[in-house]
Amino acid sequence: MKRMAKPSIPERSSDPRIDVSLTVNGETIHRAVSVRMLLSDFLRHELGLTGTHVGCEHGVCGCCTVLIDGKAGRSCLTLAVQANGTEIRTIESVAEADGTLHPIQQAFKECHALQCGYCTPGMVMNILARFEEPYPLDLSDAGVRDMLSGNLCRCTGYINIIAAVRRAAELLGRT
Amino acid sequence: MKPSLFGYRAPTTLDDAIKILASDADAAVLAGGQSLLPAMNFRAANPTLLVDIQHVDGLRGVTVEDHRIAVRAMTRHRELELHPEVQRTHPLIAEAMAHVAHVPIRNRGTVVGSLCHADPSAEMPLILVLLGGTVIAQGPLGAREIAAEDFFQSFLTTTRRPDEIIVEARFPLLPPGAGWAFDEVTRRHGDYALVGLGCTLSVDGQGRAKNLRLAACGIADRPVRLKAAEAILTGTTLQSGDLNAAAAASTAAVTQSDEANASASYRRRALTALIHRIVAKAAARTRPRMVQ
Amino acid sequence: MSTRTFGARIERNIDPKLLRGEGAFVDDIPLTGVLHSAFLRSPHARAGIKRLDAAAARRHPGVVAVYTCDDIGALDMAMPLLIPHPCMTDPQTQRPLARGDVHYVGQTIAMVVAVDRYTAEDAASLIEVDYEPLPVEMDLEKALQTGAPPVHPKVPNNLAAHFVQTCGTPDEAFARAEHITKIKVQVDRSTAAPMECRSIAANWDAVSGELTVWDGTQAPISVRGGLASVFQLDEDKVRVIAPDVGGGFGQKVLFFYPDELLVPMAAMQLGRPVKYIEDRRENFIGSSQERTQIHVIELAALKTGEVIGLRDIFLHDTGAFIPYGIAVAQVASTSIAGPYRIPNIFVEFKAVYTPTVQVTPYRGCGRPQACFAIERAMDQLASELGLDRFEVRRRNFVTEKEFPYPREGLLFADGLKVTLDSGQYAKALGMAAAELGAADFPAEQAKALAEGRYLGLGLACYVEGTGLGPYEGGHVKIHPITGKVYVNTGLTSQGQGHDTVFAQIVADQLGVRPEDVIVVEGDTKAFDWGVATFASRAAVVSGNAIHKTAMVVRQKTLLAAANMLEVNIDDVELRDSAAWVKGSNRFVPLAAVATASNPLRYAFNEAAQAATQFAPASKHDGPPLAEGEAPGLEATEYFSPSQSTWAYGVHGAIVEVDPGLCTVKIRKYVCIHDCGNMINPTIVEGQVLGGIAQGIGGALYERLDYQPDGNLANASLMDFLMPYATEIPNISVLHLETPSPLNPLGVKGVGEAGCIAVGAVVASGVEDALRALGPITFRHVPLTPSMISDALEQIGH
Repeated sequence: MKRMAKPSIPERSSDPRIDVSLTVNGETIHRAVSVRMLLSDFLRHELGLTGTHVGCEHGVCGCCTVLIDGKAGRSCLTLAVQANGTEIRTIESVAEADGTLHPIQQAFKECHALQCGYCTPGMVMNILARFEEPYPLDLSDAGVRDMLSGNLCRCTGYINIIAAVRRAAELLGRT
Repeated sequence: MKPSLFGYRAPTTLDDAIKILASDADAAVLAGGQSLLPAMNFRAANPTLLVDIQHVDGLRGVTVEDHRIAVRAMTRHRELELHPEVQRTHPLIAEAMAHVAHVPIRNRGTVVGSLCHADPSAEMPLILVLLGGTVIAQGPLGAREIAAEDFFQSFLTTTRRPDEIIVEARFPLLPPGAGWAFDEVTRRHGDYALVGLGCTLSVDGQGRAKNLRLAACGIADRPVRLKAAEAILTGTTLQSGDLNAAAAASTAAVTQSDEANASASYRRRALTALIHRIVAKAAARTRPRMVQ
Repeated sequence: MSTRTFGARIERNIDPKLLRGEGAFVDDIPLTGVLHSAFLRSPHARAGIKRLDAAAARRHPGVVAVYTCDDIGALDMAMPLLIPHPCMTDPQTQRPLARGDVHYVGQTIAMVVAVDRYTAEDAASLIEVDYEPLPVEMDLEKALQTGAPPVHPKVPNNLAAHFVQTCGTPDEAFARAEHITKIKVQVDRSTAAPMECRSIAANWDAVSGELTVWDGTQAPISVRGGLASVFQLDEDKVRVIAPDVGGGFGQKVLFFYPDELLVPMAAMQLGRPVKYIEDRRENFIGSSQERTQIHVIELAALKTGEVIGLRDIFLHDTGAFIPYGIAVAQVASTSIAGPYRIPNIFVEFKAVYTPTVQVTPYRGCGRPQACFAIERAMDQLASELGLDRFEVRRRNFVTEKEFPYPREGLLFADGLKVTLDSGQYAKALGMAAAELGAADFPAEQAKALAEGRYLGLGLACYVEGTGLGPYEGGHVKIHPITGKVYVNTGLTSQGQGHDTVFAQIVADQLGVRPEDVIVVEGDTKAFDWGVATFASRAAVVSGNAIHKTAMVVRQKTLLAAANMLEVNIDDVELRDSAAWVKGSNRFVPLAAVATASNPLRYAFNEAAQAATQFAPASKHDGPPLAEGEAPGLEATEYFSPSQSTWAYGVHGAIVEVDPGLCTVKIRKYVCIHDCGNMINPTIVEGQVLGGIAQGIGGALYERLDYQPDGNLANASLMDFLMPYATEIPNISVLHLETPSPLNPLGVKGVGEAGCIAVGAVVASGVEDALRALGPITFRHVPLTPSMISDALEQIGH
């Protein structure tokens, strides 16, 4: 194949940029972002936090779930500019600094609640958000399924994830 | 699937928001974004300007007043759903809201946003119509109150003018002793309703249904009151014969044509089943209890 | 610690990394200066491209290149037909970028490379195309008629393949039958829909002349070979890495997808890394789909219920192209008799082109369709003869003393005669019946009916040909510094936990902890002989190859350690990462043995020093490295199976049907399965449960909704319904372990097991539930509320 002369390539697109300031995993971030950049892309590519995954970009699969001001939300349905002034937590904030797994992550490992791992960060963030809410947990069959509804998994069939939620509650002393 | 380019403004006052909205015929209001962003990511919606109202003063909050619950534009679904006063005074709302998508969507999406999106299978438009609620539209010429039945016009279409922002929705409370029920049939948990049905009623001194309201979503291009059924059931003790007649009179209200997820004949069958079950459930909640 | 790990439920090595979000999927891999791709895709199912103008797209700020079929030189070709077969007539494969005609909605017409994906999509929408739409025929039966609009003008009647297979004398069997049951069944199209869509990134190093490709593929070695061939590069100059991959389910075993050629081409041309990250809409309209088949199946039986003959004639929808050959239809054909004796079989299929996304294997690969056909037919036979469904099956099972049970004339996907090798079919059925409470169910059903509730029991059996060749390899090496064991094989994981399962095999042979076995797959630089992950073959083929290899390394280790410890080899045992003199405290660490067995070592660390405390690792006269010997504790071996090994199982369920809302709730789901010896039962169960969930999807929810004009109406996760946790009931999985006689580990594959029988189980259960209302049958999946409503209306309910 004939080699072209190295093409002249601009650094970035010509999209207008807007300054945003937000907190991500406790760190203050100031960036100028394309006005239309999705929060999922901002986290993954601007900040290099690739633990948050993208599965659909229409808000159905839940792979992109992060915490926005303490509440689970779809980063693919949030513009980075909308996140200005917010506190974001991603999967990278969940384990300890030395890598020790959070009880929810530990429970997933014990219960074989992940296979390919693609949906897992979104699952964990969703469950974490619920556990951190000041409301009682419904750990019945229906209750746990309701908690997990909204996160698609194609590998596990969910049974082990349901077990992991209960095991996590046990590890965290929740009933 | 990335959105096409747009302008973006995040005003802090309602006046500014209205001015900015009026400045561009293809502008869209951005509240929770849970309906708008998917459409934009698919490039099915390509607004040239987004007016982000999340920072506008005075658009947060739920107020429980004597006769109604007022929900401001930036109130997220989940805030209304978990509001203790709302749960206590208007459990129908919490019951319906548990069916709205999934918690992460309800954390970000707004009640008013759902009303403005006007999907004919959505729960909150149905509840507004069932309760006879209203919305407050604010535009360059001032504010106006729009009744639910006048607000939802057709598929994804409301009577909000392009230069108006809906700043509040008002859900009337039920009178003391009223019964209520809501349910829907979906393909999966959290999906839009194939058919959804809500019923409210009171019982008169002779143990008969009065002020009975019945409304459905998913069966037409907008939520509809089943007025023929209401007329048949009002003043009766809701025997199975009455319910059969009410269901038979309601099948004509199914105007949604065959879809992959539901045929029209299936919707009619499901509507019939729901009428029986929901009316009975509502009746069981009246105080004094209806004897059937 | 010397616990045997083969068969143990140990936790996976890979999990902490994935749980912390440290997985490296293709789009996670940082590539400085990477450019992004987007495709212009056909909006028409069939059309001629009359004019294409990419000038505006090329001018768009941030766009680096726009390619059409005229811009890609030698790549403008029909892409390879991966599995030829003589029954295909002029098999058609697609070009990377359409030339002249488009054949399905979603077909790639142009590729844009730009500074980011947003810009690339903008530019793609600026490409002007004039189409001349052509007529389409979406119905399989009509597409075969004379005069039907052809997907490919040179293939009139849209017949892509026609194949007949015969076992025994079916005509004779039908002639002497005492009863014939005949039904027509249909399975609708679905798609694998892995959570990670397809993805590829490529980097061309002009200095070394090396092309590196990160590809979310199930077949990195095969892709490497293909790329080297297409780009006329030495294979050693092409490196393909399948990093962490977010689910495959067959969709990612096909190559080439257009991007798999075009992205490396662009990287080579532009001198910058290039990536293409498929989005979900594109996955729906560009990546392989599967399942559509219509079977007319007949059973020739005696009044006792013994089935003496089977005739199955089916149509198989292959989509617009047939790059994977007839594999799906062939697997369906050869699975059609299930676990039943049925000595006389006639199975014929026609593969039909339709103007839709091409069809290549999706988990199950034709087995779900075949199981649906035979199991619905067995239920119908039982009903017509007034026999119990369990009993009819029992009477027809191949019995244990009949193994190996050949089906002469039926050739499996590996080209070899179908031979069922082992199993305990009747025992599995008994276990299913017990677990379901089948004996008590009629009473339970009657009681529920009296309360106005409709319960039904569904049942289906299946067989699964697994572990087919041609071969896989294993490479095992004990590392001299750490004493850890490094393992490589040619195929790769998309979530199946090979890192742990293969570690367990090696751990047992070498006496190490599974955590100390590092499995690296999916990198042609680490190991490059092999095929791919598909057809439930990894445990059987790679597992046995790795086992063979580990045994060789074990032998080398024992010999070297015996020399170092100055004892007889029979007095040495391996455990706790060391070699021990049996019955004593004398040991040498594996790291030291590995170090010592490499004659050219310097004592640069403790392990090397420790090695010098012992006698030399090798006891012989002559040069340090004897003739025929290799340094270190390392080996490479291969396993080539003689034929497939057949797993099997029985599934059952109690379902409740609400005739008002026409909803189906699975109250109880039972799975008895047998995949021979299980290396890690937890991982096996994970595979089975995941498969069952996909099976439930196919039974009740997942249907790609192609319109009469060829448009795919539900190309999104909002409208293509995959089950959430709320749609999956509690599932009881029971294991039988009948070792396979066909490989040293006695294992059979299990990757596809879960999804095969579910459609038949659900249809069977719903039919049983509504039988009280009238004679309704359900022979079409996915079974939707509207279909149940229609069926009820037909019987006047």
